[in-house]
Amino acid sequence: MSQTLEKKPAPSRDAMPLSGPRMPGSAPYLVAAAALAVGVGLGMILGGGLIAMAILAGLTFIVGITVWAWALEGRRSGVDRLVMSVVWAAFAVALVPLASLVWTVLSNGIPALSAEFFTYSMRGVIGDEPGGIYHALIGTLLITLGATVISVPVGIMTAIYIVEYGRTARLAKAITFLVDVMTGIPSIVAGLFAYALFVLIFGPGVRLGFGGSVALSLLMIPVVVRATEEMLKLVPDELREASYALGVPKWRTIVKVVLPTSLSGILTGVTLAIARVIGETAPLLIIAGSTDSVNFNLFADRMQTLPVFIYYAYTQPGVPPDPSIERAWGAALVLIAIVMLLNLLARVVGKVFAPKTGR
Amino acid sequence: MSTTIDETRAGGRRPGDAIFKGTAIAAALVILLALAGVAVFLLYEGIPGILGAREETDASFVSYVWPLVYGTLVAALIALVIATPFAVGMALVISHYAPKRIAKPLGYVVDLLAAVPSVVYGVWGITVLGPQLVPLYRWLADTVPWIPFFAGPASTTGRTIFTAGVVLAIMILPIITAICREIFAQTPTLHQEAALALGATRWEMIRMAVFPYARSGMISATMLGLGRALGETMAVALVLSASGVITLNFISSTNPSTIAANIALRFPEATGLAVNLLIASGLVLFAITFAVNFAARYIAGSSARRMSR
Repeated sequence: MSQTLEKKPAPSRDAMPLSGPRMPGSAPYLVAAAALAVGVGLGMILGGGLIAMAILAGLTFIVGITVWAWALEGRRSGVDRLVMSVVWAAFAVALVPLASLVWTVLSNGIPALSAEFFTYSMRGVIGDEPGGIYHALIGTLLITLGATVISVPVGIMTAIYIVEYGRTARLAKAITFLVDVMTGIPSIVAGLFAYALFVLIFGPGVRLGFGGSVALSLLMIPVVVRATEEMLKLVPDELREASYALGVPKWRTIVKVVLPTSLSGILTGVTLAIARVIGETAPLLIIAGSTDSVNFNLFADRMQTLPVFIYYAYTQPGVPPDPSIERAWGAALVLIAIVMLLNLLARVVGKVFAPKTGR
Repeated sequence: MSTTIDETRAGGRRPGDAIFKGTAIAAALVILLALAGVAVFLLYEGIPGILGAREETDASFVSYVWPLVYGTLVAALIALVIATPFAVGMALVISHYAPKRIAKPLGYVVDLLAAVPSVVYGVWGITVLGPQLVPLYRWLADTVPWIPFFAGPASTTGRTIFTAGVVLAIMILPIITAICREIFAQTPTLHQEAALALGATRWEMIRMAVFPYARSGMISATMLGLGRALGETMAVALVLSASGVITLNFISSTNPSTIAANIALRFPEATGLAVNLLIASGLVLFAITFAVNFAARYIAGSSARRMSR
């Protein structure tokens, strides 16, 4: 009896190994190389295009690395590798539209750019006569400026109320919630609101640039409030208390201590808010309308803007259509460039105006 | 002594403070008024449209607006079904899979998607995406015509509600990704390290530590994306060739329109009662998006309360 016990092998390392075979660290690269070869090879044999090759290579990679990990390291590791490659593939696929869009706009838009394009309006332009986006640039700048002038004071003061005065008040909580909800107002509803408002003043069929400013500020205010709120919350209470201890009134503490400390973040937020609304089309289509002439007056008559210009130049090109469609792509390029520049500016501003710590 | 106390008391009531606080409250009230104004002015201009719908369209307001609501919901749902898995994947890449060094630039790249104006997406949708999808539609209509969504006949221009949904999906990707990414990054490190220490693979760690923590945040992110997709105008107005029918067929050349696109297409030329009718449909859109956003914020808020307990 005791012999049999001795003979029976105790559960040892051989039965329950603590380490199993592992894939080499270079496994993903090896599989990627193989998948690329398969994709290009099969694509050439079967005569598919670049897209087909990419899809084929991607699928081969996913299947290859999963099967390898599964066979060598077990099911759990296989699933892990599968998820990892699928997640990265999702990222890559999602960037394809961005790349395609940037390429399309660049290749179609660059031929349209010229000195006339920036300095001519479309007044009296027929067919392929030189015409440009001067009127639309002016309109976009003025209307966005108007929206900024409305939104920035309202937005910043609201954030000051929420953070500095109404921490616990019911009104502050309600405002916070409403600002959240306001972020979700569809832009076209903002345009309809501006129209419904100005119809009461000017009568039916009203079109004016300032209405566009009002509509855009409805979309811009929540962004400004949110950004400012976050920044004000980051200001340490010690700074405020030090200021109070010196006998400085609350409002001067806010203006001279709290706001300068959070200035960089607020400016970044405002710039991003401008970038968000400058490309809005729908509200301007409704309340600012469309025109071929330059209009410097925000408070009277139709005003052209870049997004609306793109829309009409593309959908109603006239005869012959090609010059107008080319102008639409050119304007799209200019608009994207403006938005990207604003985004870049926001980051630069954040760096430049960051509070000096004195260290 | 008593004078000093009086002075300090007076200090509490300095006029500068009162004026500044008053201005701050006034600004907050402006927001309240603006939101109330949206509802009131749209109602004021919209009600004549609701009442007069029969004169304008020979049908009641409900039968005018219902196909538009249907189209709005369908396009937004297509967008949501496509965008959500991608957004969760992209958020995971940025928060958990990518090395720290390249995670931030990847985040910027996703934000670039949000920087492209909607009208540019629309023009790109007509010229590039639509024609690219035509072979797919033709294949679907030939192979799986028994699925009602793909009954065909396939559109030859690609300007279908499915294309519009794809464009919308691209447009709402950044917002869903941004929120998911933030919430994934907030998962307590201890939970994640505990899972890894017990021998979980990275995916098991994400499934067992990250997703349960982030569930409500993901739901509210999707709903915010839905709100965006419901209200998006220009991309749909440009891409969709709409005829205002109610159909399950996503790939044919007769498509339902959406509320926002319908307003954008008709408003510039509309006069009289037609304007009121369009404003009334805008009111319906406002109500739908308001409800969706409200629900999203409520879910996010209630989970934040639960977590803080």
